[in-house]
Amino acid sequence: MSVAEAPLAGLAVERASRGDKVRDLLFRGALLLSLSVGFVTLGALLVDVLIEGGPRLSWSFLTEFPSQIFPERAGISSALLGTLYLMVLTGVFIVPVGVASAIYLEEYADRDRWWNRAIELNIQNLAAVPSIVYGILGLAFIVRDPLGLGAVVLAGALTLGLLVLPVVIVVSREAIRAVPPSIREGSLALGATHWQTIWKQTLPGALPGIATGVILALSRAIGETAPLLVIGAAAFVPFNPGADPTSGAFSAIPVAILSSLSDPDPEQQVLAAAAIIVLMAILLVMNAGAVYLRNRYEQKW
Amino acid sequence: MAASSPTTAGPGPGLHRRRTSRSVGESAIKALLLLAALISILTTTGIVIALVRDTINFLGSVGVGTYLFGTTWSPLAGGDNQAFGVVPLVYDTLYLTAIGLLVAVPFGLGSAIYLSEYASQRVRRILKPAVEVLAGIPTIVFGFFALTFVSPEILKGLLQIDIGTFNALSAGLVLGVLVLPTIATVADDALAAVPTSLREGAFGLGASRMQVSLRVVFPAALSGIVAALVLGASRAIGETVIILVAGGSIAQLTLDPREPMTNMAAFIAQTASADIPTTGVEYETIFAVGTTLFVMTLILNTIAIRFVRRFRQVYE
Repeated sequence: MSVAEAPLAGLAVERASRGDKVRDLLFRGALLLSLSVGFVTLGALLVDVLIEGGPRLSWSFLTEFPSQIFPERAGISSALLGTLYLMVLTGVFIVPVGVASAIYLEEYADRDRWWNRAIELNIQNLAAVPSIVYGILGLAFIVRDPLGLGAVVLAGALTLGLLVLPVVIVVSREAIRAVPPSIREGSLALGATHWQTIWKQTLPGALPGIATGVILALSRAIGETAPLLVIGAAAFVPFNPGADPTSGAFSAIPVAILSSLSDPDPEQQVLAAAAIIVLMAILLVMNAGAVYLRNRYEQKW
Repeated sequence: MAASSPTTAGPGPGLHRRRTSRSVGESAIKALLLLAALISILTTTGIVIALVRDTINFLGSVGVGTYLFGTTWSPLAGGDNQAFGVVPLVYDTLYLTAIGLLVAVPFGLGSAIYLSEYASQRVRRILKPAVEVLAGIPTIVFGFFALTFVSPEILKGLLQIDIGTFNALSAGLVLGVLVLPTIATVADDALAAVPTSLREGAFGLGASRMQVSLRVVFPAALSGIVAALVLGASRAIGETVIILVAGGSIAQLTLDPREPMTNMAAFIAQTASADIPTTGVEYETIFAVGTTLFVMTLILNTIAIRFVRRFRQVYE
């Protein structure tokens, strides 16, 4: 504990004088001010978006297609459905892969083996790779050969899936780790195999935590713009995505917002604000769902 | 666990099972799970191959020296105006990051100290998730905010600063707000991990709360705080959309924050969605700049991981 002792040794012992009290109060004020910077910005941002975009919201805004020529009649139907479609496909990809990775790392991996440590370090690093780089990965290997999917919704979902996979793995691992060893030991003692124990005891116990992690990962995925731009998501798609995820151009709300913002027409800025409200509403519902899951099902061991 | 044989890895190192059909199934499942975990390795490999392949082509035709030390960046310009010197692009990226950190470091650390040292348990339980909500806002929303509010209303309207539609100042300031929650939450984790006994010892010696926070807890959590700052910087360097929307599209060597600036990620996004042929040196700039950005963030992330590990080892 040499690190812990060092600062104490440097602390001159003084009685708290009146000057200290004043200084302490000022310091507390400065801290509160720092904390308020984030929240004041958030408040200003929400008010700004609601004032600009609120009046533009209507049912037809959700069901109409984008239009450069008639922005006052335009909607975000294709982008909204594109985002929802992306979310479903990304979920189908990240849930099995993310949870399986987490189970492997928590329940099977022997940390003395170098390859297991390499996998762990690698996931830590991947979590901090800029999202634009994932776009380049998607462009090079998913849109083009070897997968060669083209700029379709499945390519977008796989790219976003790889981007948020570290989030799912990290959160799932924490949830699995929180299940007490006594549960596993009891199951093993009754003659269950390692996998039976995981499937019937550990995973059900970790499920609320895993579900929360998946929702957080998906909410990060649908807010992403940069990777979708690189793999070639389109801004103006005048038709809704078809059932086949491997054909046809696709759009997503963040891409639609960006393209509206790059248009000098002021009406397009109103469109962008309205689309932001829709995106934030989706995120709000998802986060509320995550909080509900955590409070309702979280187990105290 | 070093002594346990590989077949009994996991809980119960002392259990030895016979090789039955059950244990064959178990091994198959383990192999399948390992396969899933290897996808992350495959992702990294894929990123490196994707970046390096075209970067080599690019450097072959442009020249390593021209790319790394050239001071004009205009790869999409025609004829003699075309130039591939990455220095202005890297400079702008770091300049924008610096503006962001000027906002994020003091306010982020201030928030962290308040959350960890001043807030009551109840207040902390409300405020910490609230800060995390801020971290979950899509960056395109911040871009909108920088372009339509911070730049015209605050900087131009309120503060009377003479700026155009696109400028480094608004993009950098909003970038700071984006990074603030990252710094606040990681630093708060580090401060909260300092054992209570240290605080109690200092309080017992008559120190005020401010002295305890700044002279005892803060130094004791220093490695975690460094990790928070490095992670924040890495996040700012790799941000795309705020800069794309509010920063402008010119990479230039200037000290004036009122000028438009772009960064590496925004350049990549812009070029990839531009209407240019997908073969040729212009398109390959995406990969060369991508490699540069990847290497820079990789170095920062490695440093951050080192520091995080250090503060965990000391107190856990």
